[in-house]
Amino acid sequence: MSRQDSVTTHTLRLELTDEPGELRAALEPIAEHGGNLLSVFHERGNLTPGGRIPVEVAIDCPASRFGDVIDGLREEGVTVVAADEEYYGEAFRVLLTGHLVDTDLSATLREIERTSAVSVEELSLSAPDGVEAVSSAYLRLGARSGERGIALDRVREIADEKGLTVVEPLEANT
Amino acid sequence: MRLAIVGAGAVGRSVAELAGDAGHDVIGIADSTGAALADPLDVAAALERKSETGVVGDADHADLLAADYDVLVEATPTTLGDAEPGFSNAVAALKRDRHVVLANKGPVAERYDEIRAAARESAGALRFEATVGGAIPAIRTVEDFGPSRVQRVRGVLNGTANFVLSRMAAEGLSYDHVLAEAQELGVAEADPTFDVDGTDAALKGVIVANVLREARGEDALSLSDAEVDGIEALPVSALSLAGDDGRTVRLIAEASADGVRVGPRLVTQNGTLAVTGTQNIVQIETAHAGRLNLSGHGAGGPETASAVLSDVGRLPPR
Repeated sequence: MSRQDSVTTHTLRLELTDEPGELRAALEPIAEHGGNLLSVFHERGNLTPGGRIPVEVAIDCPASRFGDVIDGLREEGVTVVAADEEYYGEAFRVLLTGHLVDTDLSATLREIERTSAVSVEELSLSAPDGVEAVSSAYLRLGARSGERGIALDRVREIADEKGLTVVEPLEANT
Repeated sequence: MRLAIVGAGAVGRSVAELAGDAGHDVIGIADSTGAALADPLDVAAALERKSETGVVGDADHADLLAADYDVLVEATPTTLGDAEPGFSNAVAALKRDRHVVLANKGPVAERYDEIRAAARESAGALRFEATVGGAIPAIRTVEDFGPSRVQRVRGVLNGTANFVLSRMAAEGLSYDHVLAEAQELGVAEADPTFDVDGTDAALKGVIVANVLREARGEDALSLSDAEVDGIEALPVSALSLAGDDGRTVRLIAEASADGVRVGPRLVTQNGTLAVTGTQNIVQIETAHAGRLNLSGHGAGGPETASAVLSDVGRLPPR
Protein backbone atom coordinates (compact mmCIF):
# COMPACT_ATOMS: atom_id res chain seq x y z
CA MET A 1 0.00 0.00 0.00
CA SER A 2 1.25 3.46 -0.84
CA ARG A 3 1.08 6.13 1.80
CA GLN A 4 -1.65 8.64 1.25
CA ASP A 5 0.73 11.58 0.84
CA SER A 6 3.45 9.90 -1.20
CA VAL A 7 4.04 11.27 -4.69
CA THR A 8 3.36 8.71 -7.38
CA THR A 9 3.36 8.67 -11.16
CA HIS A 10 0.07 8.33 -12.98
CA THR A 11 -0.98 8.11 -16.59
CA LEU A 12 -4.12 9.67 -17.92
CA ARG A 13 -5.70 9.03 -21.27
CA LEU A 14 -7.72 12.01 -22.45
CA GLU A 15 -9.70 12.80 -25.55
CA LEU A 16 -9.77 16.35 -26.83
CA THR A 17 -11.76 18.11 -29.51
CA ASP A 18 -9.66 19.41 -32.36
CA GLU A 19 -9.70 23.11 -31.43
CA PRO A 20 -6.91 25.59 -30.75
CA GLY A 21 -6.05 25.95 -27.06
CA GLU A 22 -7.85 22.73 -26.15
CA LEU A 23 -4.72 20.94 -24.98
CA ARG A 24 -3.60 23.85 -22.82
CA ALA A 25 -7.02 24.14 -21.24
CA ALA A 26 -6.96 20.46 -20.49
CA LEU A 27 -3.63 20.60 -18.73
CA GLU A 28 -4.45 23.48 -16.38
CA PRO A 29 -6.51 21.45 -13.89
CA ILE A 30 -3.52 19.17 -13.40
CA ALA A 31 -1.30 21.95 -12.03
CA GLU A 32 -4.20 23.46 -10.10
CA HIS A 33 -4.63 20.26 -8.14
CA GLY A 34 -0.99 19.78 -7.30
CA GLY A 35 0.01 17.59 -10.23
CA ASN A 36 3.38 17.91 -11.93
CA LEU A 37 3.29 17.28 -15.66
CA LEU A 38 5.93 14.80 -16.81
CA SER A 39 5.06 14.14 -20.44
CA VAL A 40 2.36 14.64 -23.03
CA PHE A 41 1.90 12.25 -25.90
CA HIS A 42 -0.32 13.92 -28.42
CA GLU A 43 -1.48 11.58 -31.20
CA ARG A 44 -2.59 14.31 -33.53
CA GLY A 45 -2.96 12.24 -36.67
CA ASN A 46 -4.92 9.57 -34.89
CA LEU A 47 -8.62 10.23 -34.32
CA THR A 48 -11.16 8.31 -32.25
CA PRO A 49 -14.37 7.11 -33.97
CA GLY A 50 -15.97 10.23 -32.52
CA GLY A 51 -13.44 12.41 -34.32
CA ARG A 52 -11.51 13.41 -31.20
CA ILE A 53 -7.78 13.40 -30.53
CA PRO A 54 -6.39 10.92 -28.02
CA VAL A 55 -3.76 12.37 -25.68
CA GLU A 56 -1.75 10.50 -23.10
CA VAL A 57 -0.42 12.41 -20.12
CA ALA A 58 1.97 11.28 -17.41
CA ILE A 59 1.96 13.21 -14.13
CA ASP A 60 3.45 13.09 -10.67
CA CYS A 61 1.09 13.94 -7.87
CA PRO A 62 0.38 13.05 -4.26
CA ALA A 63 -1.68 9.88 -4.24
CA SER A 64 -4.36 11.61 -2.20
CA ARG A 65 -4.80 14.34 -4.84
CA PHE A 66 -5.11 12.15 -7.91
CA GLY A 67 -8.87 11.89 -7.63
CA ASP A 68 -9.10 15.71 -7.51
CA VAL A 69 -7.04 15.96 -10.69
CA ILE A 70 -9.47 13.69 -12.52
CA ASP A 71 -12.48 15.52 -11.14
CA GLY A 72 -10.89 18.85 -12.11
CA LEU A 73 -10.37 17.66 -15.66
CA ARG A 74 -13.93 16.44 -15.92
CA GLU A 75 -15.23 19.75 -14.57
CA GLU A 76 -13.38 21.44 -17.41
CA GLY A 77 -15.25 19.21 -19.82
CA VAL A 78 -12.25 17.05 -20.63
CA THR A 79 -13.02 13.41 -21.40
CA VAL A 80 -10.92 11.17 -19.17
CA VAL A 81 -10.89 7.79 -20.85
CA ALA A 82 -8.47 6.07 -18.55
CA ALA A 83 -6.78 7.11 -15.36
CA ASP A 84 -4.20 4.53 -14.35
CA GLU A 85 -4.86 0.86 -14.77
CA GLU A 86 -6.48 0.76 -11.33
CA TYR A 87 -9.16 3.22 -12.24
CA TYR A 88 -10.70 2.73 -15.63
CA GLY A 89 -8.13 0.25 -16.89
CA GLU A 90 -10.58 -2.00 -18.64
CA ALA A 91 -11.83 -0.01 -21.59
CA PHE A 92 -13.52 -2.35 -24.04
CA ARG A 93 -15.76 -2.22 -27.07
CA VAL A 94 -19.16 -3.76 -27.60
CA LEU A 95 -21.51 -3.73 -30.57
CA LEU A 96 -25.25 -3.66 -29.99
CA THR A 97 -27.65 -4.32 -32.84
CA GLY A 98 -31.41 -4.54 -33.10
CA HIS A 99 -34.26 -2.11 -32.61
CA LEU A 100 -32.07 0.22 -30.58
CA VAL A 101 -34.08 3.37 -31.03
CA ASP A 102 -37.49 1.76 -30.57
CA THR A 103 -36.30 0.18 -27.35
CA ASP A 104 -35.08 3.57 -26.06
CA LEU A 105 -31.35 3.69 -26.51
CA SER A 106 -30.76 6.31 -23.83
CA ALA A 107 -32.62 4.19 -21.29
CA THR A 108 -30.48 1.23 -22.35
CA LEU A 109 -27.31 3.25 -21.77
CA ARG A 110 -28.56 4.45 -18.39
CA GLU A 111 -29.26 0.89 -17.36
CA ILE A 112 -25.79 -0.17 -18.43
CA GLU A 113 -24.28 2.66 -16.40
CA ARG A 114 -26.42 1.90 -13.37
CA THR A 115 -24.03 -0.93 -12.65
CA SER A 116 -21.21 0.75 -10.81
CA ALA A 117 -18.84 -1.45 -12.77
CA VAL A 118 -19.49 0.21 -16.14
CA SER A 119 -19.30 3.64 -17.70
CA VAL A 120 -20.18 4.46 -21.29
CA GLU A 121 -17.18 6.40 -22.61
CA GLU A 122 -18.20 6.78 -26.21
CA LEU A 123 -21.05 5.84 -28.50
CA SER A 124 -21.43 5.74 -32.27
CA LEU A 125 -24.85 4.99 -33.69
CA SER A 126 -25.63 3.92 -37.22
CA ALA A 127 -29.23 3.73 -38.40
CA PRO A 128 -28.96 3.80 -42.20
CA ASP A 129 -32.49 2.46 -42.68
CA GLY A 130 -34.18 4.86 -40.32
CA VAL A 131 -34.82 4.76 -36.61
CA GLU A 132 -37.60 2.19 -36.85
CA ALA A 133 -35.39 -0.36 -38.58
CA VAL A 134 -32.55 -2.44 -37.21
CA SER A 135 -29.65 -0.20 -36.22
CA SER A 136 -26.23 -0.63 -34.64
CA ALA A 137 -24.39 1.07 -31.83
CA TYR A 138 -20.69 0.82 -31.13
CA LEU A 139 -19.93 1.49 -27.49
CA ARG A 140 -16.68 2.05 -25.76
CA LEU A 141 -17.17 1.10 -22.16
CA GLY A 142 -14.96 1.52 -19.16
CA ALA A 143 -14.90 -0.88 -16.28
CA ARG A 144 -12.85 -1.01 -13.12
CA SER A 145 -9.84 -3.23 -13.27
CA GLY A 146 -10.80 -6.88 -13.09
CA GLU A 147 -14.50 -6.12 -13.50
CA ARG A 148 -14.80 -6.36 -17.23
CA GLY A 149 -16.44 -9.78 -16.97
CA ILE A 150 -19.09 -8.41 -14.61
CA ALA A 151 -19.62 -5.39 -16.85
CA LEU A 152 -20.04 -7.59 -19.90
CA ASP A 153 -22.50 -9.87 -18.09
CA ARG A 154 -24.58 -6.81 -17.25
CA VAL A 155 -24.57 -5.62 -20.87
CA ARG A 156 -25.66 -9.10 -21.99
CA GLU A 157 -28.52 -9.17 -19.47
CA ILE A 158 -29.83 -5.77 -20.53
CA ALA A 159 -29.55 -6.65 -24.21
CA ASP A 160 -31.39 -9.90 -23.54
CA GLU A 161 -34.26 -8.11 -21.84
CA LYS A 162 -34.60 -5.76 -24.80
CA GLY A 163 -34.13 -8.35 -27.52
CA LEU A 164 -30.88 -6.79 -28.72
CA THR A 165 -27.87 -8.67 -30.07
CA VAL A 166 -24.49 -8.15 -28.40
CA VAL A 167 -21.25 -8.62 -30.26
CA GLU A 168 -18.66 -8.94 -27.53
CA PRO A 169 -14.98 -8.21 -27.81
CA LEU A 170 -13.02 -11.43 -28.05
CA GLU A 171 -10.34 -10.16 -25.68
CA ALA A 172 -12.93 -10.24 -22.90
CA ASN A 173 -12.15 -13.86 -22.24
CA THR A 174 -8.40 -13.76 -22.29
CA MET B 1 -4.56 -50.18 -45.64
CA ARG B 2 -7.84 -51.46 -47.06
CA LEU B 3 -10.53 -48.81 -46.86
CA ALA B 4 -14.31 -49.08 -46.79
CA ILE B 5 -15.97 -45.71 -47.26
CA VAL B 6 -19.49 -44.95 -46.05
CA GLY B 7 -20.84 -41.81 -47.64
CA ALA B 8 -20.32 -40.75 -51.23
CA GLY B 9 -20.65 -36.99 -50.91
CA ALA B 10 -17.82 -34.55 -51.63
CA VAL B 11 -15.61 -35.95 -48.85
CA GLY B 12 -16.30 -39.66 -49.39
CA ARG B 13 -15.69 -39.33 -53.14
CA SER B 14 -12.45 -37.42 -52.59
CA VAL B 15 -11.19 -40.01 -50.11
CA ALA B 16 -11.90 -42.73 -52.71
CA GLU B 17 -10.10 -40.77 -55.43
CA LEU B 18 -7.03 -39.86 -53.35
CA ALA B 19 -6.64 -43.16 -51.46
CA GLY B 20 -4.58 -44.84 -54.19
CA ASP B 21 -2.11 -41.96 -54.22
CA ALA B 22 -1.64 -42.36 -50.49
CA GLY B 23 -0.90 -46.07 -50.95
CA HIS B 24 -4.25 -47.48 -49.86
CA ASP B 25 -6.83 -49.73 -51.53
CA VAL B 26 -10.53 -49.00 -51.58
CA ILE B 27 -12.61 -52.15 -51.23
CA GLY B 28 -16.02 -50.54 -51.06
CA ILE B 29 -18.00 -47.33 -51.04
CA ALA B 30 -21.61 -46.76 -50.04
CA ASP B 31 -24.07 -43.93 -50.62
CA SER B 32 -27.50 -43.52 -49.07
CA THR B 33 -29.11 -46.17 -51.30
CA GLY B 34 -26.51 -48.84 -51.98
CA ALA B 35 -22.90 -49.89 -52.05
CA ALA B 36 -20.21 -50.94 -54.52
CA LEU B 37 -17.89 -53.72 -53.39
CA ALA B 38 -14.83 -55.26 -55.07
CA ASP B 39 -11.31 -56.21 -54.08
CA PRO B 40 -9.91 -53.79 -55.05
CA LEU B 41 -12.72 -51.52 -56.18
CA ASP B 42 -12.52 -49.70 -59.50
CA VAL B 43 -13.08 -46.29 -57.90
CA ALA B 44 -13.38 -44.36 -61.16
CA ALA B 45 -16.06 -46.73 -62.48
CA ALA B 46 -18.06 -46.65 -59.24
CA LEU B 47 -17.97 -42.85 -59.05
CA GLU B 48 -18.91 -42.58 -62.72
CA ARG B 49 -21.90 -44.77 -62.09
CA LYS B 50 -22.80 -42.57 -59.14
CA SER B 51 -22.63 -39.45 -61.34
CA GLU B 52 -24.67 -41.01 -64.13
CA THR B 53 -27.33 -42.92 -62.23
CA GLY B 54 -27.21 -41.32 -58.79
CA VAL B 55 -26.46 -44.71 -57.23
CA VAL B 56 -22.96 -45.99 -56.50
CA GLY B 57 -23.80 -49.68 -56.55
CA ASP B 58 -26.37 -52.44 -55.92
CA ALA B 59 -24.80 -54.12 -52.89
CA ASP B 60 -26.24 -53.79 -49.38
CA HIS B 61 -24.81 -51.51 -46.70
CA ALA B 62 -24.63 -54.51 -44.41
CA ASP B 63 -22.29 -56.23 -46.88
CA LEU B 64 -19.99 -53.22 -46.88
CA LEU B 65 -19.90 -53.10 -43.07
CA ALA B 66 -19.17 -56.86 -43.01
CA ALA B 67 -16.47 -56.71 -45.70
CA ASP B 68 -12.79 -57.37 -45.07
CA TYR B 69 -11.44 -53.85 -44.57
CA ASP B 70 -8.84 -52.43 -42.18
CA VAL B 71 -10.37 -48.98 -41.85
CA LEU B 72 -13.95 -47.78 -42.04
CA VAL B 73 -14.07 -44.18 -43.25
CA GLU B 74 -17.33 -42.70 -41.95
CA ALA B 75 -18.29 -39.78 -44.21
CA THR B 76 -22.09 -39.76 -44.07
CA PRO B 77 -23.73 -36.38 -43.37
CA THR B 78 -23.46 -35.10 -39.81
CA THR B 79 -26.68 -35.59 -37.88
CA LEU B 80 -27.59 -34.18 -34.47
CA GLY B 81 -28.96 -36.02 -31.46
CA ASP B 82 -28.43 -39.75 -31.94
CA ALA B 83 -25.82 -39.08 -34.67
CA GLU B 84 -27.19 -41.88 -36.82
CA PRO B 85 -26.36 -43.64 -39.04
CA GLY B 86 -22.76 -42.53 -38.46
CA PHE B 87 -22.64 -43.68 -34.86
CA SER B 88 -23.86 -47.24 -35.56
CA ASN B 89 -21.61 -47.60 -38.60
CA ALA B 90 -18.58 -46.64 -36.50
CA VAL B 91 -19.55 -48.92 -33.61
CA ALA B 92 -20.14 -51.84 -35.99
CA ALA B 93 -16.59 -51.48 -37.31
CA LEU B 94 -15.04 -51.11 -33.84
CA LYS B 95 -16.88 -54.24 -32.66
CA ARG B 96 -15.15 -56.12 -35.45
CA ASP B 97 -11.82 -54.71 -34.21
CA ARG B 98 -11.44 -52.50 -37.27
CA HIS B 99 -10.13 -48.93 -37.27
CA VAL B 100 -12.56 -46.05 -37.75
CA VAL B 101 -11.74 -42.66 -39.24
CA LEU B 102 -14.54 -40.11 -38.97
CA ALA B 103 -15.26 -37.20 -41.27
CA ASN B 104 -18.74 -37.11 -39.72
CA LYS B 105 -18.88 -34.81 -36.68
CA GLY B 106 -22.01 -36.32 -35.13
CA PRO B 107 -20.57 -39.31 -33.24
CA VAL B 108 -17.79 -37.30 -31.52
CA ALA B 109 -19.87 -34.16 -30.93
CA GLU B 110 -23.07 -35.81 -29.71
CA ARG B 111 -22.02 -39.21 -28.30
CA TYR B 112 -18.33 -38.85 -27.51
CA ASP B 113 -18.22 -40.93 -24.32
CA GLU B 114 -20.09 -43.82 -25.98
CA ILE B 115 -17.94 -43.92 -29.09
CA ARG B 116 -14.74 -43.66 -27.02
CA ALA B 117 -15.97 -46.52 -24.83
CA ALA B 118 -16.54 -48.62 -27.96
CA ALA B 119 -13.04 -47.73 -29.15
CA ARG B 120 -11.47 -48.73 -25.80
CA GLU B 121 -13.04 -52.18 -26.06
CA SER B 122 -11.87 -52.58 -29.63
CA ALA B 123 -8.50 -53.57 -31.03
CA GLY B 124 -9.24 -50.91 -33.65
CA ALA B 125 -8.51 -47.23 -33.16
CA LEU B 126 -10.77 -44.19 -33.60
CA ARG B 127 -9.52 -41.01 -35.26
CA PHE B 128 -11.39 -37.84 -36.24
CA GLU B 129 -9.01 -35.17 -37.48
CA ALA B 130 -11.26 -34.28 -40.42
CA THR B 131 -14.14 -33.27 -38.13
CA VAL B 132 -12.45 -30.02 -37.03
CA GLY B 133 -11.03 -27.42 -39.39
CA GLY B 134 -10.89 -29.53 -42.56
CA ALA B 135 -7.29 -29.66 -43.76
CA ILE B 136 -5.95 -27.95 -40.61
CA PRO B 137 -4.30 -30.45 -38.25
CA ALA B 138 -6.17 -29.18 -35.20
CA ILE B 139 -6.88 -32.39 -33.24
CA ARG B 140 -3.48 -33.84 -34.00
CA THR B 141 -1.71 -30.72 -32.76
CA VAL B 142 -3.73 -30.80 -29.55
CA GLU B 143 -2.81 -34.49 -29.18
CA ASP B 144 0.87 -33.77 -29.84
CA PHE B 145 1.03 -31.14 -27.12
CA GLY B 146 -1.01 -33.36 -24.83
CA PRO B 147 -4.66 -32.32 -24.35
CA SER B 148 -4.07 -31.80 -20.63
CA ARG B 149 -1.51 -29.11 -21.48
CA VAL B 150 -3.85 -27.30 -23.85
CA GLN B 151 -5.84 -24.64 -22.03
CA ARG B 152 -8.05 -23.35 -24.79
CA VAL B 153 -8.68 -23.61 -28.49
CA ARG B 154 -10.47 -20.89 -30.38
CA GLY B 155 -10.85 -19.71 -33.90
CA VAL B 156 -12.82 -19.38 -37.07
CA LEU B 157 -14.22 -22.83 -37.81
CA ASN B 158 -16.81 -22.13 -40.48
CA GLY B 159 -15.77 -20.88 -43.90
CA THR B 160 -19.26 -19.97 -45.08
CA ALA B 161 -19.94 -17.65 -42.14
CA ASN B 162 -16.47 -16.18 -42.50
CA PHE B 163 -16.98 -15.54 -46.20
CA VAL B 164 -20.27 -13.76 -45.47
CA LEU B 165 -18.79 -11.60 -42.69
CA SER B 166 -15.65 -10.63 -44.58
CA ARG B 167 -17.61 -9.76 -47.73
CA MET B 168 -20.17 -7.72 -45.77
CA ALA B 169 -17.36 -5.75 -44.13
CA ALA B 170 -15.33 -5.25 -47.31
CA GLU B 171 -18.15 -4.36 -49.69
CA GLY B 172 -20.77 -2.89 -47.37
CA LEU B 173 -23.31 -5.39 -48.69
CA SER B 174 -26.22 -6.78 -46.70
CA TYR B 175 -26.28 -10.24 -45.14
CA ASP B 176 -28.97 -11.51 -47.54
CA HIS B 177 -27.14 -10.19 -50.59
CA VAL B 178 -23.82 -11.77 -49.62
CA LEU B 179 -25.41 -15.07 -48.64
CA ALA B 180 -27.15 -15.31 -52.03
CA GLU B 181 -23.84 -14.56 -53.71
CA ALA B 182 -22.13 -17.24 -51.62
CA GLN B 183 -24.75 -19.77 -52.73
CA GLU B 184 -24.17 -18.86 -56.39
CA LEU B 185 -20.43 -19.33 -55.90
CA GLY B 186 -20.99 -22.68 -54.21
CA VAL B 187 -19.41 -21.35 -50.99
CA ALA B 188 -22.71 -21.73 -49.15
CA GLU B 189 -25.00 -24.73 -49.42
CA ALA B 190 -28.62 -24.48 -50.55
CA ASP B 191 -29.56 -24.69 -46.88
CA PRO B 192 -26.81 -22.82 -45.01
CA THR B 193 -28.66 -22.78 -41.67
CA PHE B 194 -26.06 -24.71 -39.65
CA ASP B 195 -23.23 -22.58 -41.05
CA VAL B 196 -24.73 -19.18 -40.26
CA ASP B 197 -26.53 -20.03 -37.01
CA GLY B 198 -23.28 -21.25 -35.44
CA THR B 199 -24.25 -24.95 -35.15
CA ASP B 200 -21.45 -26.24 -37.37
CA ALA B 201 -18.77 -24.22 -35.55
CA ALA B 202 -20.27 -25.30 -32.22
CA LEU B 203 -20.08 -29.01 -33.15
CA LYS B 204 -16.37 -28.55 -33.88
CA GLY B 205 -15.91 -26.66 -30.63
CA VAL B 206 -17.64 -29.44 -28.70
CA ILE B 207 -15.38 -32.06 -30.30
CA VAL B 208 -12.27 -30.13 -29.20
CA ALA B 209 -13.71 -29.55 -25.72
CA ASN B 210 -14.40 -33.30 -25.45
CA VAL B 211 -10.75 -34.09 -26.20
CA LEU B 212 -9.64 -31.58 -23.55
CA ARG B 213 -12.17 -32.89 -21.02
CA GLU B 214 -11.34 -36.55 -21.58
CA ALA B 215 -7.71 -35.79 -20.70
CA ARG B 216 -8.92 -34.24 -17.45
CA GLY B 217 -11.25 -37.10 -16.55
CA GLU B 218 -14.42 -35.11 -17.18
CA ASP B 219 -17.59 -36.28 -18.92
CA ALA B 220 -18.12 -35.37 -22.54
CA LEU B 221 -20.30 -32.49 -23.72
CA SER B 222 -22.78 -32.42 -26.57
CA LEU B 223 -24.14 -29.62 -28.73
CA SER B 224 -26.85 -28.78 -26.19
CA ASP B 225 -24.13 -27.79 -23.69
CA ALA B 226 -22.71 -25.14 -26.00
CA GLU B 227 -23.70 -21.47 -25.91
CA VAL B 228 -24.35 -20.63 -29.55
CA ASP B 229 -25.19 -17.42 -31.40
CA GLY B 230 -25.19 -16.99 -35.17
CA ILE B 231 -24.56 -14.15 -37.56
CA GLU B 232 -28.00 -13.94 -39.22
CA ALA B 233 -29.11 -10.87 -37.29
CA LEU B 234 -26.01 -8.82 -38.00
CA PRO B 235 -26.71 -5.63 -40.00
CA VAL B 236 -24.00 -4.23 -42.24
CA SER B 237 -24.06 -1.02 -40.15
CA ALA B 238 -22.55 -3.00 -37.26
CA LEU B 239 -19.59 -4.01 -39.40
CA SER B 240 -19.08 -0.43 -40.61
CA LEU B 241 -19.01 0.92 -37.06
CA ALA B 242 -16.49 -1.71 -36.03
CA GLY B 243 -14.42 -0.96 -39.14
CA ASP B 244 -14.26 2.74 -38.23
CA ASP B 245 -12.41 1.71 -35.08
CA GLY B 246 -10.03 -0.77 -36.72
CA ARG B 247 -12.08 -3.78 -35.76
CA THR B 248 -14.28 -6.29 -37.48
CA VAL B 249 -16.61 -9.14 -36.58
CA ARG B 250 -15.87 -12.84 -36.90
CA LEU B 251 -17.86 -15.90 -35.88
CA ILE B 252 -15.54 -17.27 -33.22
CA ALA B 253 -15.74 -20.66 -31.52
CA GLU B 254 -14.06 -20.96 -28.12
CA ALA B 255 -13.51 -24.35 -26.53
CA SER B 256 -11.94 -25.24 -23.22
CA ALA B 257 -12.45 -27.99 -20.67
CA ASP B 258 -15.03 -25.66 -19.09
CA GLY B 259 -17.27 -25.45 -22.12
CA VAL B 260 -17.95 -24.11 -25.57
CA ARG B 261 -19.10 -20.69 -26.76
CA VAL B 262 -19.77 -19.67 -30.35
CA GLY B 263 -20.86 -16.24 -31.49
CA PRO B 264 -19.97 -13.13 -33.43
CA ARG B 265 -17.07 -11.34 -31.71
CA LEU B 266 -15.22 -8.09 -32.22
CA VAL B 267 -11.65 -8.75 -33.32
CA THR B 268 -8.84 -6.51 -34.53
CA GLN B 269 -9.21 -5.91 -38.26
CA ASN B 270 -5.69 -6.99 -39.12
CA GLY B 271 -5.37 -9.40 -36.23
CA THR B 272 -4.54 -13.08 -36.41
CA LEU B 273 -8.12 -14.27 -36.07
CA ALA B 274 -9.53 -11.96 -38.76
CA VAL B 275 -8.92 -14.40 -41.62
CA THR B 276 -10.83 -13.53 -44.79
CA GLY B 277 -12.98 -15.44 -47.25
CA THR B 278 -13.51 -19.14 -46.62
CA GLN B 279 -10.27 -19.50 -44.64
CA ASN B 280 -10.36 -21.06 -41.19
CA ILE B 281 -7.99 -20.50 -38.30
CA VAL B 282 -7.38 -22.52 -35.16
CA GLN B 283 -5.58 -20.88 -32.27
CA ILE B 284 -4.26 -23.26 -29.65
CA GLU B 285 -3.24 -21.96 -26.23
CA THR B 286 -0.83 -24.22 -24.44
CA ALA B 287 0.46 -24.26 -20.89
CA HIS B 288 4.16 -24.18 -21.77
CA ALA B 289 4.46 -23.39 -25.43
CA GLY B 290 2.39 -20.24 -25.75
CA ARG B 291 -0.03 -19.67 -28.54
CA LEU B 292 -0.06 -21.51 -31.83
CA ASN B 293 -2.00 -20.38 -34.91
CA LEU B 294 -2.91 -22.73 -37.73
CA SER B 295 -4.83 -21.44 -40.71
CA GLY B 296 -5.99 -23.08 -43.90
CA HIS B 297 -8.93 -24.52 -45.76
CA GLY B 298 -11.60 -25.61 -43.34
CA ALA B 299 -13.81 -27.40 -45.82
CA GLY B 300 -13.93 -28.88 -49.29
CA GLY B 301 -13.76 -32.46 -50.57
CA PRO B 302 -10.02 -32.89 -51.27
CA GLU B 303 -9.01 -30.77 -48.26
CA THR B 304 -11.10 -32.78 -45.82
CA ALA B 305 -10.11 -36.03 -47.55
CA SER B 306 -6.45 -35.13 -46.91
CA ALA B 307 -7.20 -34.96 -43.20
CA VAL B 308 -8.96 -38.36 -43.40
CA LEU B 309 -6.00 -39.91 -45.21
CA SER B 310 -3.46 -38.47 -42.79
CA ASP B 311 -5.49 -40.10 -39.99
CA VAL B 312 -5.33 -43.38 -41.94
CA GLY B 313 -1.57 -42.91 -42.21
CA ARG B 314 -1.28 -42.65 -38.43
CA LEU B 315 -3.15 -45.86 -37.69
CA PRO B 316 -1.20 -48.84 -36.41
CA PRO B 317 -1.00 -51.75 -38.89
CA ARG B 318 -3.61 -54.40 -38.30
